[in-house]
Amino acid sequence: MAIDVRIPTILRSYTGGAKAVSGAGDNLSELLANLDGTYPGLRGRLITPEGGLHRFVNIYVNDEDVRFLGSLDAKISDGDTVTILPAVAGGAFGLAAAAAVLGR
Amino acid sequence: MARFDSLLDVCGDTPLIGLPRLSPAVPDGAPPVRLWAKLEDRNPTGSVKDRAAMYMVRAAEADGRLRPGATILEPTSGNTGISLAMVAKLRGYRLVCVMPENVSTERIQLLRMYGAEIIFSPAAGGSNQAVATAKQIAAEHPDWIMLYQYGNEANARAHYETTGPELLRDLPTLTHFVAGLGTTGTLMGTGRYLREKNPDVQIIAAEPRYGELVYGLRNIDEGYVPELYDASVLTRRFSVGTRDAVLRTRQLVDVEGLFVGFSTGAVAHAALAVAHEAAKTGRAADVAFLVADAGWKYLSTGAYTGTLNDAETALEGQLWA
Repeated sequence: MAIDVRIPTILRSYTGGAKAVSGAGDNLSELLANLDGTYPGLRGRLITPEGGLHRFVNIYVNDEDVRFLGSLDAKISDGDTVTILPAVAGGAFGLAAAAAVLGR
Repeated sequence: MARFDSLLDVCGDTPLIGLPRLSPAVPDGAPPVRLWAKLEDRNPTGSVKDRAAMYMVRAAEADGRLRPGATILEPTSGNTGISLAMVAKLRGYRLVCVMPENVSTERIQLLRMYGAEIIFSPAAGGSNQAVATAKQIAAEHPDWIMLYQYGNEANARAHYETTGPELLRDLPTLTHFVAGLGTTGTLMGTGRYLREKNPDVQIIAAEPRYGELVYGLRNIDEGYVPELYDASVLTRRFSVGTRDAVLRTRQLVDVEGLFVGFSTGAVAHAALAVAHEAAKTGRAADVAFLVADAGWKYLSTGAYTGTLNDAETALEGQLWA
């Protein structure tokens, strides 16, 4: 058993194009370190230099946002699914367009 | 009272209905776990967005930004445009919507019926193309007003002043509130109100997880978080995929006779998850979730019938929430 990690299109250059990869670790921090060993550079796209989760990255353990589960300390078990997504939320279209018009 | 001076006066005060068949069964004598649905499709244009549209227009009128005959520009993928189109018509404004091609045909027809003008951005370009299109239009028409629902405090305030108080009035024992996360206005406004009245209340977000084509981002730094969003208001946040959203949407009609849009299916999925957790741990719970709209506008997707695989395929690349 391992942890199934879903990679968004924009980060697949780090996984050789793979949509889903396997990783290991007891929490998110360990999992990302483990993945970075196999896919160098991936962790750096998700974590800021200060060590926190990137503002425009959302990570979910079994569909639940890790920011509400302890962020990098979020517990993970074998068999879990971890999904990485860019932060665009449901209103992606309108928000992107409106924010750009306002120069935000 | 069931008599109103105009359509604009009938917004809000929507029914909260129990879902006894969908609520998890608990053993005899165990604390009850009950699911409730707040029917926002019973608003003038059939969605929760009527509340925000009315509040945002009134606020812009009050501060002098909107004057008679003004043109409102709204980049939208759906319900907000329809709500604004109705309010604009009754208040004497012109509405121009910028939207992607990949929204359901009913939404486009409704907008046109209400008198809105639509400018399409190609679906293939995703958000980036929408950004380019909206920017170009705004540059050509600097006098057009954008209400910017993602950062407009009147959006959240509509829910702080109406949705929240209605929920607590109708369900004083409410323990969880679940709603969809788009502009975040519903969850921020309702959540703040409920938390002020009961610090233990759980505010739970469900966001749709679209197929990746919809995002169209080139890199992580192009992400967006609405200015209204304050994570401290939320207790938990779930990402719900198309399959689960469709499954729950069908279950709501099948079990409770409730015909809802797919975003509500996603919300019901999260609501059921917390309700079953409460039942398992033997805690009483009154879980209220918000029905953002009914299913009419999405029938043409074909996703209400056929196999789940077919439905998933039908919604692939569509903005279903």
